[in-house]
Amino acid sequence: MRILFFVSLAIFALVAPFLFYPIFLMKILCMALFASAFNLLLGYAGLLSFGHAAFFGTAGYVTAHALTSWNVGFELGLLVGIISAVLLGLAFGLIAVRRMGIYFAMITLALAQMAYFIYLQAPFTGGEDGIQKVPRGELMGLIDLSDNINFYYVVLGICVLGFLAMYRIVYSPFGQVLRSIGQNPDRAVSLGYNIANYKLGVFVLSAAFSGLAGALSVIVFGLASLGGASWHLSGEVILMTLVGGAGTILGPIVGAAIIVTLQSSLAESGQWVMFVQGAIFVLIVMAFRKGIVGESLDPHSNVRKALKNIKRNPTDKKAVSAVEGATTGTTAVGGDN
Amino acid sequence: MLDVFDVSIQMVMGQVAIGLINGSFYALLSLGLAIIFGLLNIVNFAHGALYMLGAFVGWMLLHYLGIGYWLALILVPLLVGMLGIIMERFLIRKLYDVDHIYGLLLTFGIALMIQALFLNIFGVSGQRYPVPEILKGTLNLSFMYLPIYRGWVIVASAIVCLSTWYLIERTKLGSYLRAATENPELVQAFGIRVPILITLTYGAGVALAAFAGMMAAPVYQVSPVMGVDIVIIVFAIVVIGGMGSISGAIVAGFGLGVVEGLTRVFYPEASSVVIFVVMAIVLLVRPSGLFGKAA
Repeated sequence: MRILFFVSLAIFALVAPFLFYPIFLMKILCMALFASAFNLLLGYAGLLSFGHAAFFGTAGYVTAHALTSWNVGFELGLLVGIISAVLLGLAFGLIAVRRMGIYFAMITLALAQMAYFIYLQAPFTGGEDGIQKVPRGELMGLIDLSDNINFYYVVLGICVLGFLAMYRIVYSPFGQVLRSIGQNPDRAVSLGYNIANYKLGVFVLSAAFSGLAGALSVIVFGLASLGGASWHLSGEVILMTLVGGAGTILGPIVGAAIIVTLQSSLAESGQWVMFVQGAIFVLIVMAFRKGIVGESLDPHSNVRKALKNIKRNPTDKKAVSAVEGATTGTTAVGGDN
Repeated sequence: MLDVFDVSIQMVMGQVAIGLINGSFYALLSLGLAIIFGLLNIVNFAHGALYMLGAFVGWMLLHYLGIGYWLALILVPLLVGMLGIIMERFLIRKLYDVDHIYGLLLTFGIALMIQALFLNIFGVSGQRYPVPEILKGTLNLSFMYLPIYRGWVIVASAIVCLSTWYLIERTKLGSYLRAATENPELVQAFGIRVPILITLTYGAGVALAAFAGMMAAPVYQVSPVMGVDIVIIVFAIVVIGGMGSISGAIVAGFGLGVVEGLTRVFYPEASSVVIFVVMAIVLLVRPSGLFGKAA
């Protein structure tokens, strides 16, 4: 069953560029990588960063600058982008990991806003215009990346490697310690872990993957702009992760696909995208805190139970609520109220 | 010393005055955030949107109903505060038992919805709100000319901030509030209705934001995006002052307004980031903020 699912997913990923617009698919992939990087923090270490666009945007600017002004190749361009995100992650992390929970969110938001204002004024970012006409170059000097189909497979390959690396991190001993920090930091301290170092470590890792996503996305669009470093994007990556399900490997990928599709289908209708995103935030927080993948993996999910009951007995509302009450009584799931 | 930087005393005083005006709004907003955080443990991300809503409700009262500035100054906080009470009663209340970050995410979603709604109706361009007749004109302070309305902003917000501080720190009602912050169960056991106290506190915090918005309407343009940047700055100010500290919020609000103004004189390029830099330094030296209790 699982193997079948992944094989069909792989086949879909391989034929997708012939069915959909490749740039759109690459945007989904970059955002999925970004959301997965964000999920390392929120889903496993329990840290809500509200400033992740800073890493995405910084790497984007540095990569764009390297490709346009220093004339470096595709691979080196990505690498300097990632390095810049790591350095920024280290600087932000040293300040932010001193506080937990809500403070962490507010501090990362403020630091990211500082970065945004710096990029607004700094000469090398081109201010409101951004850095335009970023060249794609060639992969290893062999494959021409200006062809969208070629580039799609390269982006797909890099993103899949990124997902696998994050999967590896999450299920390593390091990942286990992170989860224990996320669930009970005091206990992790009493077990002898230096949680500040672990938090800083995962923060920098997350920044690195976010930087990779930002650098890739700049090369996809050929444009590095302020939007990549804005708080809007920091909010969107939270939304993608929550919609799909924080703390699951597939969740952020599903969430990114949904939100990017939503954005492009509502692109014509002005600010209603923002309104719908806000409404989804409210809905998720009030009713589906585990997200789509989280709820469908959870055998005790109240949402799933409710859906099943309605399917079984579409008319008899009394029976639905009775069954609901009986089942929740035995399994006692907190969380949805 | 001033000669070194090649700036005049007029320039410095002028920027200090502008800093105090911005600081008035920072103080009113961070005060509201601090009150809400103290009792509800929720960071109200919708604060900037509610500030914007305050300005817009004031503008709409004037344009559609012909209700002038002075009456609006009372009506706007009441109306927007009422909306806050509805939000608390039907949405925020359901989140008290889960991780506090959900409160932040919920209010972020609400902020997006309010902002998008007004962007759809009014677009990005701002609406003008006229300065009330009595407060027109300028005041000659010998070293500078101060528009009377701006002086009024500083005075009025200082009065509101100090009365709020007095109410919380020196009255019976305030002592209930502080006790409920420390230990809600115990206060409830004494027969004080904590849920109502919480609802009213959220309403009061929101009303302060709306009041700030109404005060800001004649100074800045009334625009759907006016609350966006300010809310993040105010977050930084609340962190600097110490989360939940009433006096910290007021002092840091006015103080950082002045710091920002002075930066504009000596190093204008840094004026938009100076508050965030101060925040980073404060966090490194005193992680709980200037006036905060150690966590």
